[in-house]
Amino acid sequence: MTIVTLIEKILARACGSAKVCPDEFVVAKIDCAMMPESFRMIPELLTRAGIDAKTFTVWDTERFVVFIDHQVPPTSVNRAESQKLSREFATKLHIKYFYDIFCGVGHQVMMEKGHVKPGQLIVGADSHTTTYGALNAAATGIGASEMAYVIKTGELWFKVPETIRFELNGRLGDFVFPKDIMLYIAGKYGTEVAQYKAIEWGGPVVDDLTLDGRMTMANMSVELGAKFGVFRADSKTMDFLRITTDRSFQPVDSDSDATYGDKFFIDASEIEPQIAAPHSVGNVRSVSAMKGTSIDQAVIASCCDGRMEDLRIAAKLLRAKKVHPKVRFYIAPASWKIYKQALNEGILRIFLDSGVLVENPSCGLCTGYQGILAKGERCIAAIPRNFKGRLGSPDAEIFLASPATVASSAIRGKIVDPREEGM
Amino acid sequence: MTSLIGRVRKFGDNTDTDTIAPSSILYLPMSELMKHTFEPVFPEFYRTVRQGDVIVAGNNFGCGSSREQATAVMKELGIQYIVCESMARIYYRNCIALGLYPIMSKGVSLVFEEGDEIKIDTEKGMLENVNTKRFTNFKPLSIVPQQIVDCGGILSLLKAITDKENK
Repeated sequence: MTIVTLIEKILARACGSAKVCPDEFVVAKIDCAMMPESFRMIPELLTRAGIDAKTFTVWDTERFVVFIDHQVPPTSVNRAESQKLSREFATKLHIKYFYDIFCGVGHQVMMEKGHVKPGQLIVGADSHTTTYGALNAAATGIGASEMAYVIKTGELWFKVPETIRFELNGRLGDFVFPKDIMLYIAGKYGTEVAQYKAIEWGGPVVDDLTLDGRMTMANMSVELGAKFGVFRADSKTMDFLRITTDRSFQPVDSDSDATYGDKFFIDASEIEPQIAAPHSVGNVRSVSAMKGTSIDQAVIASCCDGRMEDLRIAAKLLRAKKVHPKVRFYIAPASWKIYKQALNEGILRIFLDSGVLVENPSCGLCTGYQGILAKGERCIAAIPRNFKGRLGSPDAEIFLASPATVASSAIRGKIVDPREEGM
Repeated sequence: MTSLIGRVRKFGDNTDTDTIAPSSILYLPMSELMKHTFEPVFPEFYRTVRQGDVIVAGNNFGCGSSREQATAVMKELGIQYIVCESMARIYYRNCIALGLYPIMSKGVSLVFEEGDEIKIDTEKGMLENVNTKRFTNFKPLSIVPQQIVDCGGILSLLKAITDKENK
């Protein structure tokens, strides 16, 4: 009898074993690999290693996906040259799935275009690759050199992680969102609670969440140190996949009596809107403790917080209101699909009427390529990270919050509790 | 060589990759990029770093983005080892992939201060503060990552594969 977690099942299948155990080293076949603009580094890395980039090939062009998403549009000659290099090298390698600037943030597009399927093992040259766990995939970030190895061989070494389970019971309060759950956990258990481990998300609260919400949680699993952050596949997952892919796939679930490294039980009813204060995702307080802090900028964007659900709640709060005159409010939908849907739903109109600067889909607002902060400025942002200097000056401050808290605060010019503003 | 001595450069907890290699300079060539290492928290670092220095840091070193430049820059600057209480997962993988031996040792920040001399023995898993004669230990790498580090990183393995193919 085998009693194993879903991550162990995925890794066992990927390495051709009947069973794998935590701490075991395996070489696994990769079902799909994604690389954002750092793809431009590959020819140089190969050349420096004495490998001929001209004869280099991709193991399977159906399984390798490349994006230009981080600096769209480019803001310097250096960056324009990098993107040109990416396009040229992609052509040389006959990359079938090359998503240029008209698509959006890679992680979102990976899911929308059907590159992510349940039960798969996926690597991406970006830390937020964990997002695909929302679709029951074991997905994780690696660096560029490891990606070069994957591109050629289609496989990579892994240490089988211990799985820990977070079980969310109770009910989320009004104006409390998956983003708040993640910040709450980072604050309560620390940003290393899942270091080297796989998180399995479960419980009635998780079952009730939309896929958008689960994506936010899978995304931020890496902020807890996790290698993977996975959800079981349910009818919502199947509804999503029916639109994105016509290929077959095999969802996986943990055995009911699977052994976990640890189990955490969280009463979601206790979670208030949360704020991560500078300069760590784990520096968390409830919004009531931060109320009144003045802000210069507000941001809703990224593979973490730029989906329809995020835009809808922001629009609901902004309708017939104005962004505070002293605040610059930037919103970037995560993908062009979301961008167009927001247009169709009248959401972009609400944003524009209220004084939001709507940016094109890209990673820019979360990576310090757009919307740069000056020294001494404060920004409240629905993005995954608030590291010192991430959005510009190291002497600026970034406060993380849910899109609802961000939108409410942008209207008032200071951090506010969305429960008081949104009723 | 399994034992060597270097000068300690001390860092705290949660030193993230945005701090090690800020995104604004990621597109510069390594010769330029290296001048900005740790700039947001330690602007003097580049001017004071010496070949053979050893980073000794707190928890969660290298957390954040997967940008490999944040690891590659250490090699360029001549950092011999990164020793920390704990290391973020992708940074750990990038160290292995680039042939840089990562050392994790709980309590290590209490044993070393900036400028101390550290003696590292990777075979025995021993760290010694040459100045204070205090010791602490660590678990040497497992065989799989050790083999990758020994051959100089994952691209050396890749080169062997492509060489074989091109024969």
